[in-house]
Amino acid sequence: MELIAFYIFAAIVTVSALAVIMAKNPVHSVLWLILTFFTAAGLFVLIGAEFLAMLLVVVYVGAVAVLFLFVVMMLDVDFVELKQGTLRYWPFAGLIGLAFIAEIALASFARGGAAATANFDASPGAETNTEAIGQVMYTDYFLLFQMAGLVLLVAMIGAIVLTLRERPGVKRQNIARQTSRRREDSTEKVAVEPGRGI
Amino acid sequence: MDLTINHFLTISAILFTIGVVGIFVNRKNIIVILMAIELILLSVNINLVAFAVFTGTIAGQIFAMLVLTVAAAEAAVGLAILVVYFRNRGDIAVESVDLMKG
Repeated sequence: MELIAFYIFAAIVTVSALAVIMAKNPVHSVLWLILTFFTAAGLFVLIGAEFLAMLLVVVYVGAVAVLFLFVVMMLDVDFVELKQGTLRYWPFAGLIGLAFIAEIALASFARGGAAATANFDASPGAETNTEAIGQVMYTDYFLLFQMAGLVLLVAMIGAIVLTLRERPGVKRQNIARQTSRRREDSTEKVAVEPGRGI
Repeated sequence: MDLTINHFLTISAILFTIGVVGIFVNRKNIIVILMAIELILLSVNINLVAFAVFTGTIAGQIFAMLVLTVAAAEAAVGLAILVVYFRNRGDIAVESVDLMKG
């Protein structure tokens, strides 16, 4: 039963990953990417890594894919023109891919393949997967956890600094100037002669 | 036949290769290149989680989480650079990025 589910998920992952790199429209690419992440989360659930599966859905589908979608839709690019001449790259890319596959196969089968055990345990020393992760996350790996937060902070500041734009000629409210304004600064007392303007 | 680590390593290798091929195929379209990088990172995650689960340790899952963090940060900064580049030049063709080449 698990094996059947695995093969279904694996087939969907492979097909949708191929669709990501072959889709004509980048919006379709992003949607295929979302399907790939969802199915990969299914693969994680299959071996009991539920917490990471949910994290994959939340972080990748909820944040990264939506970010991609925003940018793809925001940029006014002629994607048909970008796609031209792609066919030219396929032979070279296929060669690279074959080389990769051959190397991986060579590395795995040179020693007769790994000893495959069928018993797995996604939550050693705990009831649930989340509990097992939580037990070490804030103790053994506390420094790594903090550094991950730092990475995110730096990325956030970097993204804001990169995209911040000072537009000239925009009228803004300057509250300090507003509140420090006095009557003498902005009004003038003029003695107007009768019958004449200023 | 049961579910073994080999199944997961195989699908991870396939995903990795698709990602690498995707980078070479979409040489002009930097958005799809970023997506291919996400695919590669996903395959790395599958590898880490498979090894962690089938050896009965937890460290691999923690590490997969860190890879996830880095992937999110990379996507954010990469797309920000892309937006700035598009604002300055009006297109995102990778081939014209070598403008600053000496």
